[in-house]
Amino acid sequence: MNTILLSGFTLIKPEPGLILWTTVIFLILWLLLGKFAFRPIANALKKREQSIDEALKAAEKARLEMQELHSKNEQLLKEALEERSKILQEAKKMKESILVEARNKAKSEYEKIAAASRAELQNQMNEAKMQLKTFAADLAISIAEKVVKKELKGDKEQQEYVKTLLADLDANKN
Amino acid sequence: MQNKILAILLIGLALCQPYFLYASPEKVVEEIEAGEHAYDAPKEIIHHITDANEFHIIGDLSMPLPCILYNPDNGKVSTFLSSRFHHGELAIDGYVLDHGRIKMIQSDDFPEGEVHVALHHEEKDGEELSYVEVDGKRYEVERSGFMDFSISKVVFGMFLAALLMSIIFLMVARGYKKRDGQAPKGIQSFFEPLIIFVRDDIAKPNIGEKYEKYLPYLLSIFFFIWFNNMLGLIPFFPFGANTTGNLMVTLTLAVFTLLITNLSANKSYWQHIFWMPGVPVPVKILLAPIELIAVFTKPFALMVRLFANISAGHIIILSLISLIFIFGDAGHNLGGGIAGISIAVPFVLFMNLLELLVAFLQAFIFTILTALFIGQAVEEHH
Repeated sequence: MNTILLSGFTLIKPEPGLILWTTVIFLILWLLLGKFAFRPIANALKKREQSIDEALKAAEKARLEMQELHSKNEQLLKEALEERSKILQEAKKMKESILVEARNKAKSEYEKIAAASRAELQNQMNEAKMQLKTFAADLAISIAEKVVKKELKGDKEQQEYVKTLLADLDANKN
Repeated sequence: MQNKILAILLIGLALCQPYFLYASPEKVVEEIEAGEHAYDAPKEIIHHITDANEFHIIGDLSMPLPCILYNPDNGKVSTFLSSRFHHGELAIDGYVLDHGRIKMIQSDDFPEGEVHVALHHEEKDGEELSYVEVDGKRYEVERSGFMDFSISKVVFGMFLAALLMSIIFLMVARGYKKRDGQAPKGIQSFFEPLIIFVRDDIAKPNIGEKYEKYLPYLLSIFFFIWFNNMLGLIPFFPFGANTTGNLMVTLTLAVFTLLITNLSANKSYWQHIFWMPGVPVPVKILLAPIELIAVFTKPFALMVRLFANISAGHIIILSLISLIFIFGDAGHNLGGGIAGISIAVPFVLFMNLLELLVAFLQAFIFTILTALFIGQAVEEHH
């Protein structure tokens, strides 16, 4: 214990030379490294951190923009789809209306034609009827003429004669 | 992979310590046989953690260090390499090398230049005194009466740490210049988290908005202490100088913090010291001297804390290693030596791991307290 204390005093004896050298070494080191190492390093670190920060912010902004663009695109797509379905619907409607119109037109045309043909037919029928009437009248007149002209002796003969005349008529008619 | 290398390095470091730190048991044995002294653990430990004017490498091999000595009495400056002392056999300009430390012969009429001397030690009242005998005349030898501006072991260690730091951080800075705005690479990616740690966890929360101005100082002091702590743990040449465990070094660093804190202090800081607002006048008068003392006690605590922690770590490791030589009876008892090794090695390994943590922790504490003090000084009170 004694030895430690006594020889130990050399540990705490003032040594101005050592103080001077420590001052010189540390001062030079501080100035040198401060100017050429620590200051530039601190600046570089700060710059890099800022640039990383900015890059992250820019990336976030770009991401948001992308998202916006994406949603815009989606909106556009949606609108386009709506437009398409609208157009399709309209086309469908138009088609139907055209079809209906065409059908109606055709129907009316057909009816018109049918009516015209019916009228024509009626006319012709009427004409035919008129002709038949005239013919029948002529025939009746001619028969009556023939009956009247022929001198008929008996009733029986008369009847037979009428019968032949009628048969004639039938054959004629056919 | 890196973890494995680290583990192997650590184990190697722990195992090597007895051989590197106490590489001259033969010498001790010789001394014991010559009846000079037995193994004196406290002395050896103190010798290892104090500064020295030569750098012991292994055995009798030492790296000479330049000595710059100033004698205020005659104004003479002596500069030479410590190898000229021939391990204490020569006195140069009245200086001798005693246990690796330069001491002065306390006599005005001692001749200048090289003089052959015989260095002796004697114990008196439990204190070790050194003296030399020249021509039968006795001269006291003490470490006083001169100023030692030598590049000592501690100065050398600090230069080494500063050099290493300069190389590393200039490389790191170059990385930022070369790969501007890109991800860090290599050594840059190792130090970037530490730099960001100092900035975000030490400077910003304690100083606030004005942190940028003080960041280079905080980074310098953090890495300077950390590098010195770590290099001090490496037990072999050219590392192992106990720099941050030296009171003069921590004193200087604490003075830097003291100056920076008080030179950047604003009006409200001084007002809080000399004329505390919001308290009655008698309390103001009472508080002023206390606050003024606190200005100095804060850096004083920094100084003592770093010095004590690092020195204590070194002392514990060295004590555990001393067990080997105590148990082994300084080389006489092989069985005891083996027992000492088997006890000391795991403990030293554990202590080294703990010291790795302490090395970082003390650098961190010194820096965070510096930041805190600066923060108090520049804080705007509302």
